[in-house]
Formats: sequence, C-alpha cells, structure tokens
Amino acid sequence: MSPEALREIARNMVETVPQASALGFKLLSVEPSRGSVLTPWREDLVGDPDTGVIAGGVITALLDHTCGLAVVSMAGDNHTPFSTATLDLRIDYMRAAAPRADIIAQAHCYKLTRTIAFVRAHAFDADPADPIATAQAAFVLKRAPIA
Amino acid sequence: MSQAAERLEVFLSRVPYVGFLGMRAELAGDEMTATLPFAPHLVGNTVMPALHGGVLGAFMEMTALAQLSVISPAARVHKTIDITIEYLRPGRAEITYARADVRKVGRQIANVHVEAWQESRSKPVAFLRGHFLLSGA
Repeated sequence: MSPEALREIARNMVETVPQASALGFKLLSVEPSRGSVLTPWREDLVGDPDTGVIAGGVITALLDHTCGLAVVSMAGDNHTPFSTATLDLRIDYMRAAAPRADIIAQAHCYKLTRTIAFVRAHAFDADPADPIATAQAAFVLKRAPIA
Repeated sequence: MSQAAERLEVFLSRVPYVGFLGMRAELAGDEMTATLPFAPHLVGNTVMPALHGGVLGAFMEMTALAQLSVISPAARVHKTIDITIEYLRPGRAEITYARADVRKVGRQIANVHVEAWQESRSKPVAFLRGHFLLSGA
C-alpha cells in the first residue's frame, strides 16, 4: 500500500468513526506497524472536577483506537484492509495527566499472526519519556475471505 | 434519599465525562446497576454498528468508580491504577448495563470486577478488572 493510501485509510479511521470524532481525535502519523493520535482537552471530558484532568475513559478510548490503527497499518499490500476487534486491553496509569492538557497516544503492532495482532501503546501529555499511561492489547483480525 | 444514593448522585453530577457518555446509575440498597443508553456518538464501527471498545471500557471503569464512591466515600474522585478489559461480544446499538463487584477495599487500594451486558446478563459483552487508589475521606 502506498503511504498516501495508508494515510487516507488512517485519516478515515481516526476522524470519521463517530466515537473518535466525538472525542475530537486527530491523526498525527501513521506508517506500517505504527500510529499516533492526539485527543484535545475539553471541559466535558474531565474525569476529576477538582483538578480538570481528563477522564481515564478518554485515555482508554484513545489507546484502544490508536492500537487499532497500528494493526490496520499492517495491512501491507492488501488493498482491502482487514477489520479488527479488541480481544483484551490492559492499561496502567502511571500518573494523572496535567490539567487541561491534550493527550497523545503512540502504538506499535509488534507481532501479527494470521488471526491475532499484539500491540503496545503509551499515552503522554508533554514528554513521550514520561507517560501518563501504557497499554498492552490483543486484537482479533477479521480478514475478508480470499476470493 | 439515602446517604448512599446521595453520594452516587454527587458523583454522577460532578464528573463531566459521565455526561459525555450519557451514563446513569440506580441503587437497590448498596447494589448499583449502571446503564448506558445507546447514542450515535458512542459508535466505533458503523458497519455493524457496534459500540466503540473504548466506550465499553470507559463505561465499566466509571461503573467501578461510581460503586466505590458509594461504599467508600471520599471528598475527591478515586484514581484508577490499572484496568484489564476483556471483550466477549460486540456491543450492539442498544442499552448496555453494568454492575461492579468490589472484591476488596483495603486501606489504600480497592480491587473491583465489573461485568457489562445488553439483552441478557447470561451473555456478557465485556468484563473489567481493576485496581483503584482510594482518596482520603
């Protein structure tokens, strides 16, 4: 798949899926096996009213979505990308995000079998080396039947 | 209104993200059932259509935090340490329910299991297990 075609699929996935667009996700980058997505801070997404820190649920959706993007980016030369479903997702919260901070997630699909994709991801607000949360996920691949 | 119901009401109305999801919760004694009415902005797959996996995870995490706000009152929202989400079935475009089972409340940390289902509790759509850091009372 050309970088342009991959970017088009990625943009579609990150910006037109209803939940992704409701959260205001923006595609930062995509390449085979890796993806990066930003979610902007918003008043109605706050999880801790005393500090203004964004809700864990938003980070969960962002990490899940960015992991899915990393999986889809593996489609390679197959022009009909497979669809995916999350099998499991583990998230560790290292620290609270800074109040009113945008969050960036980066995901890496480090192993793909015929049926399962294994992905790691992390989310941060300012410095990638100082993550807010890390994630480990497995996805089931639903390939289109071979014609 | 009972003290437990009041604490739940405070949690649900104070956390803006609860409003974004459109989540509600009801108490029967100290047992809480959370509901997530279907809404178009919760969709992650428009072809099926199915709820976004992140939405199911977030709904279960908020269910755990809401249940903890009832049984372990604190001035501030408790903090999530880690969660593991297992997806069993796609979340269809219909109402979703969740119930939290608080396995242990320690001095600092609580262990909570959450189950989410739709038309039948015997067909769960997802589970969540998590640890939460308890804020002081």
